[in-house]
Amino acid sequence: MTVRLGVVMLCHDELPVAARLARVWAEGGASVAVHVDAKAPPDGVETMQQDLADLPQVVFSPRHSCEWGMFSLVKATQDAAALLLDRFEDVTHVLVVSGSCLPLRPVADLVAFLALHPRRDFIESVTAADVGWTVGGLNEERFTLRFPFSFRRRRKLFDRYVALQRRLRFRRRIPQGLVPHLGSQWWCLTRTTLRAILADPRRAEFDRYFAKVWIPDESYFQTLARRHSQNIESRSLTLAKFDGQGKPYIFYDDHLEMLEQSRCFVARKIWRGAARLHAHFPHGDPARPAADEPRPERLDRVVSQAVARRSLGRPGLYMQSRFPLKDRENGKTSAPYAVLQGFTDLFPDFESWLAERVDADVHGHLFAVHGAEFAGRAPIGPGGLSDSAALRDLDPRGFVANLIRMSDRMPLWQFSPRDGQEMNWFTATDPNARIFVITGAWAVPLLHSDMPFDDIRRVAAILQRTELAQMEVLNSVWLKAQTQVWDLGDFCARPAAVLGGILRALGADPEAAADLPPMREIAGMGRFLQRLRNAGLRPQLMGDFPASDTAPSVPPQERPAP
Amino acid sequence: MPRLTRWPIWKRLRRRARRQWLVARAVRRGRALRPVMDRTRRIGAGEILAFVTLRNELPRLPYFLAHYRRLGIGHFLVVDNASSDGSAEWLAEQPDVSLWRTEASYKESRFGMDWLNCLLRRHGSGHWCLTVDPDEFLVYPHHDTRPLQALTDWLDAGEIRSFSAMLLDMYPKGSLEAEPYRPGQDPFEIARWFDPANYTIRKNSEYGNLWIQGGPRGRAFFADNPQNGPALNKIPLVRWERGYAYVSSTHMLLPRALNLVYDQDGGEKASGCLLHAKFLSTFVQKSAEELTRRQHYADSQEYRAYHSGLQEDPDFWCAQSRELQDWRQLEDLGLISKGNWA
Repeated sequence: MTVRLGVVMLCHDELPVAARLARVWAEGGASVAVHVDAKAPPDGVETMQQDLADLPQVVFSPRHSCEWGMFSLVKATQDAAALLLDRFEDVTHVLVVSGSCLPLRPVADLVAFLALHPRRDFIESVTAADVGWTVGGLNEERFTLRFPFSFRRRRKLFDRYVALQRRLRFRRRIPQGLVPHLGSQWWCLTRTTLRAILADPRRAEFDRYFAKVWIPDESYFQTLARRHSQNIESRSLTLAKFDGQGKPYIFYDDHLEMLEQSRCFVARKIWRGAARLHAHFPHGDPARPAADEPRPERLDRVVSQAVARRSLGRPGLYMQSRFPLKDRENGKTSAPYAVLQGFTDLFPDFESWLAERVDADVHGHLFAVHGAEFAGRAPIGPGGLSDSAALRDLDPRGFVANLIRMSDRMPLWQFSPRDGQEMNWFTATDPNARIFVITGAWAVPLLHSDMPFDDIRRVAAILQRTELAQMEVLNSVWLKAQTQVWDLGDFCARPAAVLGGILRALGADPEAAADLPPMREIAGMGRFLQRLRNAGLRPQLMGDFPASDTAPSVPPQERPAP
Repeated sequence: MPRLTRWPIWKRLRRRARRQWLVARAVRRGRALRPVMDRTRRIGAGEILAFVTLRNELPRLPYFLAHYRRLGIGHFLVVDNASSDGSAEWLAEQPDVSLWRTEASYKESRFGMDWLNCLLRRHGSGHWCLTVDPDEFLVYPHHDTRPLQALTDWLDAGEIRSFSAMLLDMYPKGSLEAEPYRPGQDPFEIARWFDPANYTIRKNSEYGNLWIQGGPRGRAFFADNPQNGPALNKIPLVRWERGYAYVSSTHMLLPRALNLVYDQDGGEKASGCLLHAKFLSTFVQKSAEELTRRQHYADSQEYRAYHSGLQEDPDFWCAQSRELQDWRQLEDLGLISKGNWA
């Protein structure tokens, strides 16, 4: 059986481009029925007709005024297809394309491909009950509600009428014998199937029904093909991607190589100014037709990446065109990081000790009141962040997110109730955060302070209040960070074990915790805490230190964990 | 119900009143514009227009026009605020420039925005309009392979009316005066460094736009009072309609919906940036001049900060600075985004 291709071409603007494409199809050996939207300017249509006058295999079908999402598009397709079948007796397959669909391979390739499966109908056709074909639109409701209003021009009315019908539980009756199917409107049907659809004895009834279905060009032929076809291959031969916002994906000159590799027969949509694409395609030797299958995997990947970029974005990025509301971040930060609290109070050299043992950027107190303490006390940190407190506090979330995003290694920083507390909820609800806290450690510098005791008491009260508020955050049900909390007494009982565990959690060798950094003396803590109690302040975060004892409450050696 | 999420009616009314006031003001102040060379009859349907106000920028103009012609700007509408260096004469000779002149105060016309709002209203309706300063150079994803028309066609297809392009301050390594700028030269051969990720972002609830500040000027001049630093958020590309108005420079517009150029659900919308070629050898002299003219925002506070800053240490460069390569680098750094325009 020899295959003769017929093409239904629907165009509404960019008529010169459409005329050129019609010529490509016709000269490739296809018969073409062109439908031009009735709204197109008359002089443009005339020019187009004159341009194509030398090609007897190009005919113009009756013009309808088409509107996206309305039945007029189906009507136009029906008329053009009927004209094609009537006028050209030898046409065996009919392909629907638009004026911005570009044939990537010679028409002969497509003919050779169709000749491999001469009785097969290539039409994407998915049951409407199986959701997921449409991008952000209605699925089954397209068939059971009424859509008299234009989605594009009367959006409000459209939405309200849909809402009203839902509320009234209105349902249209689907004509007997039809199972609603959806799919791409760029199909390729055999003459037999198409003829059967057009000559269906119940066509008037079906047309009446589909006239009130939403976007019938994505369901009319797809549904009726199920009724008449013996052999449906549910896919489209046209590469037509959507950009995640319900708009067709557009191809430009820089897609040339990728389009060529895809081996697809037809691609849409091509930008009207993509001169290189129009000059290059169709690409191939028509004298030696190749019937190989399309392989659009790479293109698919690029498109799905673009869709993901638009809908999900990059985690931890806050910028001019991505500024998510709280808890809609899809990732508050871009990578894991760690916050260490209380360690610098016990170990004055903790930062350098830790920096030697872990593969990470060890910063000081990034949220210190006087300014950010970057690693090495550099005045400018990762990404060009300034150590200025005022700049940091203008947008602390951006500060943290930028720091994490721009660090090559995992960042970790010190924290304390003396620092700014604005980001506590942010870090606590971020799965990338690892938070290690020794509660009450802020009392150690106070123990060694030579301030008047009255002032010490006041400071202790403030710091305790701050840390208690922070603990409330860390104990909340919204906690997403990996958190470990020790009280001061607990930590002092077995410092090497705790630090070893932290090193392990940070991906370093826990044995490296064997030689501890020099630790501040905590002898006298019990007495100090009792003095605070005597002054009316109840220390709640330090753990157990016997009040009478002036020596450490525990031996300096390790004690088994409780 | 969408109704519940709407702003209280009085706020909407207040914004509407403000917009109408801006438009009326633009019409009134626009009378100060005297046409020098009016070629606006040549503007074709669908052409992309550029709107510029300038004063004594002759050395910059050749590259400025070349850059935007390459992107596909069809016509430049320029307001010359009393230039004395031959800028006006040079511009009047260009076939795709329409030129107006005014001696009126820059400050009293809201830093030139009244004049531009007026021209936008007269000539911009129905066109994509790019409003930039002569030292701002638009780059957007794929700008090396796709003309601006491709972008605006895509925005049209997606029913998007405005396009964000934040200001990215570019600076040289070392002293600003080390390498003098030659007219016609690509300024980013000299000022080819920028700060990658130290921008502060806050949302302006009244107009719905983002306030972006920081960058090299933030850390060098405004570290102690960053709120007073220059705003870097810009919405320079708008499909203009009568009744639109820029509120403050090109930072924000009314109606408010035009300012929603960012996604709030975690996704990324497409955006570009305006490479800012301010910090060149021409700058030191200019900042001294502007300081005495006192015609700039907030009593030229910005210029005063620069001038004191520049005399101490004129080097913005630091180890974290990045050298400009192409838009892909800016995209990887998260300064601009392709969105789903890939």
